[in-house]
Amino acid sequence: MNNTAIDNKNEQKITLKVYRENRGQDSGSHHDTFEVPYKKWTTVLDALLYVKSYMDPSVAIRYSCRMASCGSCGMKINGVPKLACYTKISELEKSTIECEPLSNFPIIRDLVTDFSRFFNHHKSMQPYIQTNDSTEADTSKGTFSFYQSPEDVDKYLQFSYCINCGLCYSACPTVGTDLNFPGPQALAQQYRYFADTRDESKKRLDIVDDRHGIWRCHFAGSCSKVCPKGVDPALGIQLLRSYMLGISKNDKVPAKKIEVNGNNNNNNGADTE
Amino acid sequence: MKEIERSTRNNLEGIGGWLNPSRYGWERISYWLQRLTGVFLLIYFIGHVYETSTIVNGQNAWESFLELTQTVWGHLFLIMVIGASTFHSANGIRLIFTHAGIGLGTPGRPDYPYNPASLNYRQKSGIWIALILAAAAMFYGFNVLFGV
Repeated sequence: MNNTAIDNKNEQKITLKVYRENRGQDSGSHHDTFEVPYKKWTTVLDALLYVKSYMDPSVAIRYSCRMASCGSCGMKINGVPKLACYTKISELEKSTIECEPLSNFPIIRDLVTDFSRFFNHHKSMQPYIQTNDSTEADTSKGTFSFYQSPEDVDKYLQFSYCINCGLCYSACPTVGTDLNFPGPQALAQQYRYFADTRDESKKRLDIVDDRHGIWRCHFAGSCSKVCPKGVDPALGIQLLRSYMLGISKNDKVPAKKIEVNGNNNNNNGADTE
Repeated sequence: MKEIERSTRNNLEGIGGWLNPSRYGWERISYWLQRLTGVFLLIYFIGHVYETSTIVNGQNAWESFLELTQTVWGHLFLIMVIGASTFHSANGIRLIFTHAGIGLGTPGRPDYPYNPASLNYRQKSGIWIALILAAAAMFYGFNVLFGV
């Protein structure tokens, strides 16, 4: 492709191979190649946005925060799922960078994929705190906070850093052959709520106890390898499985509720502090 | 054909995903080897049951079938079986422990560069031990079968 926007001939350039496909037009797929200037801090997302601005505005990408917080710009970069905004071109140490849509997600157009199935698996894990006390939602009776020690928080905190970027789901070899498998993200979130002392649901283990569920994880570890936030889904899945196998005992003590405003509600028999 | 269409529509990596272990480190290579050796041993066991069943046709049939393993290629095949079964067993024991949540480390507060606790040195050591044991068993089998 002719690049008229680059006039500085001394500038370093990288060859960007971008996957192109439009499912709506059913015209097949191909790769377009672009020569893009870069500096040592240029990210793959910067390069793709350069292509959109100066070379081919029709390239479809999804992005938002540009700082690895929103999880929108996940794509396969040289075959490995990465966040484009979190991957510097200089660190890849390649003369050609291939950008492809995430595997295991249906392609909508170019590098944009459909996350519906991924989010459905996430929702099926009931990713919210469940308590046995129905009065909590009634703020007219006062509001409450939960007491958790730093040790209690450490048990689930890293799993709550998940940004739903889908990189783990794309890297997982089991997802690649079984669409009904919830995937590392959803299973790690199940552990996140299972380990949270505020959660009192008794059904969490039943949700994942399925022949397409947690038992299909074979600990390839690829999910943890590609996670950009250190969530380590493989750890959460194995810890959850150890509870299901009865190796670990669930000795979770529900968090005490502390009055913030209004009436006390101490349904666990703990002293109000 | 339907499977290919389904795979294309959903953009699934499919079996090709686990046939390429080079992108995700030693844990993925271990996963790949565990699967390959598992499939290989399944094929061997089917052949082994067929081989031993030839004895119902008499001693001559049994001995003539057994001669197949007394060739150079037969010996090499048996050395592969020794290596595959050793790796599959040793790595399988590691996986039994990990599936029980043992040897993985504990959850904490992740900090850059976010090295995952579950992919720690214990796991990598376990993979290397399985590989070394398999190599040693194959070396021993080679010495016995070829009488070096």
